[in-house]
Amino acid sequence: MTAVIEPTGEVRESQELGARIQHTLHRHPAIGPASVLVVSVVVFSLINHRFVNATNLSLLIQQAAVLATLAIGQTMIILTAGIDLSVGAAAILAQMVMAQTAANNGVPGVLAIILGIAVGALTGFINGFLVTRIKLPPFIVTLGTLSIYTAIGLRYSNGASVYASAMPNALIWTGNYVNIGPYQLTTGVILMLVLFAVTSFALTRTAWGRHVYSTGDDPEAARLSGIKTNRVLLSVYLTAGIIYALAAWILIGRVGVASTNNLTNANLDSITAVVIGGTSLFGGRGAVLGTLFGALIVQVFQSGISLAGVQSLYQVLAEGILVIVAVALDQWIRKVRR
Amino acid sequence: MSTEVDAVRASGDGRPVMSGTPTLEARGLVKTFGHVVGLAGVSLQLYPGEVLAIIGDNGAGKSTLIKCLSGALSVDEGEILMDGTKVEFKSPTDARQAGIETVYQTLAVAPALDIASNLYLGREIRDSGLLGKVFRKLDTRGMRAKAREQLKDLGIGTIQDITQKVETLSGGQRQAVAVARAAAFGSKVVILDEPTAALGVRESGQVLALIKRLRSRGLPVILISHNMPHVFEVADRIHIQRLGRCAGVITPRSHTMEEAVAIMTGATTLDEAGDANGSADAAL
Repeated sequence: MTAVIEPTGEVRESQELGARIQHTLHRHPAIGPASVLVVSVVVFSLINHRFVNATNLSLLIQQAAVLATLAIGQTMIILTAGIDLSVGAAAILAQMVMAQTAANNGVPGVLAIILGIAVGALTGFINGFLVTRIKLPPFIVTLGTLSIYTAIGLRYSNGASVYASAMPNALIWTGNYVNIGPYQLTTGVILMLVLFAVTSFALTRTAWGRHVYSTGDDPEAARLSGIKTNRVLLSVYLTAGIIYALAAWILIGRVGVASTNNLTNANLDSITAVVIGGTSLFGGRGAVLGTLFGALIVQVFQSGISLAGVQSLYQVLAEGILVIVAVALDQWIRKVRR
Repeated sequence: MSTEVDAVRASGDGRPVMSGTPTLEARGLVKTFGHVVGLAGVSLQLYPGEVLAIIGDNGAGKSTLIKCLSGALSVDEGEILMDGTKVEFKSPTDARQAGIETVYQTLAVAPALDIASNLYLGREIRDSGLLGKVFRKLDTRGMRAKAREQLKDLGIGTIQDITQKVETLSGGQRQAVAVARAAAFGSKVVILDEPTAALGVRESGQVLALIKRLRSRGLPVILISHNMPHVFEVADRIHIQRLGRCAGVITPRSHTMEEAVAIMTGATTLDEAGDANGSADAAL
């Protein structure tokens, strides 16, 4: 290759810097969202110093816990180049099963939670079955099951809410406070962090994780390498369903009421957290750790903008801009070539 | 150069004198896709330590043939034998377990994973400790060390960083990774589908050298290629596919490239071009 015009020193330097940033981001997809998180925390605390006090940060993490947990499942599915629009509906169904069986049918708390997790697993299994066996696109499958799970949840609960006072302790256990220094977290937050650690380990350090990434990256290549891609996909949808049920448990502890009106924006919010977290919608690229940052970024903007005394519509605006920037950044990173 | 290869070339007139049991043999393979006939009864023998090229026009059944041999497709009729024993491949994993490794034209590498992960994709090494046993943790360091060794063994020196993602590699390097994977795990046979199709002159040369190195280790190679100079450079025998059948088996010494192309396109038959080897396939 012959260069016709030699770039000047300055231009070349900036090009090299750009390429280096591109390569670093390509290698470590969580760096982008981590830096956005740090910058936004700094900016919001400069605007209002109350932002960084322990009470506000504690509340912020508690508020982020449910969305962050839901987004773990969403991340796994998006890594396989799929998408899950039924997140919220599946979580609500699991939540209503947990709360109703415990409060109205006298099922012991722990068993009620297990039942809810089983229902979550079933919703995931149905999605996975339709995607792998009937070969329908994940978008269509989960668009359909979004309505189906919502309808079943409404029918099952008759639209009635179950309050914490009627629930056994096990169900609201996730709302118990855990004090770490000046910070007040909940057991739900700890559960969320444990789930991140476990899924991060599974995705980056086990053969199953490699198979998930390669299935999303190039399913044909994965299949030819001897990976049973259908089984991998099914396991991902099933695991996501279980995680949604655990998120439902965290939700009950957080809000103290099981209602079909909870989580109305969960579907799109979870996708937003995943995308801002640097996971590619085209599959095979990203990290569950980035999603944790993504969910926190959404919450930081929400809290920061309200503390800055700005109308909440600007939070929605900022979120929209972040999503587009994140996807544009992903496209740029994916262009990495030698 | 292994003795098997010398034996192949021992006959003065270039006729392949094949003796012993073929490492891989196909007998009368038939594969149809609805009304389309992919293979209409194809036989093939691959002997230890030889490079067998398969050439043929588009739609001649080259890809179908190797997909049947590598387990990606199941055959309708006919049988496949390895070292004289009948085998049945229901999936690529079956063929792989039997020691047949295939590098597909599409490469079958995951671009977003690094080189070491790709070399071990589908057969990862687990950590020997408790974490590996209970939590199925991978031995990432071990895989990287072994991958580095394998690339060095094959003389692939241009790849320095084993943790580099495959999508950041050049075409030739990607091909080298795919071939290295096949060579590392293919204990019996390595099948290469159009390995030089997307490569430049220098990179093609590297891949051809790699094929020769596999042969010198005594590993038989099936090479599917459109590129006659490449085929004639490395092949010991050339199996010509035409319209779902084998139109004959020739050698680079018995026939010229023009003759090979003529047989391939049906402009001439093997008999007209001069029966080189009296192979049983020619009768088909």
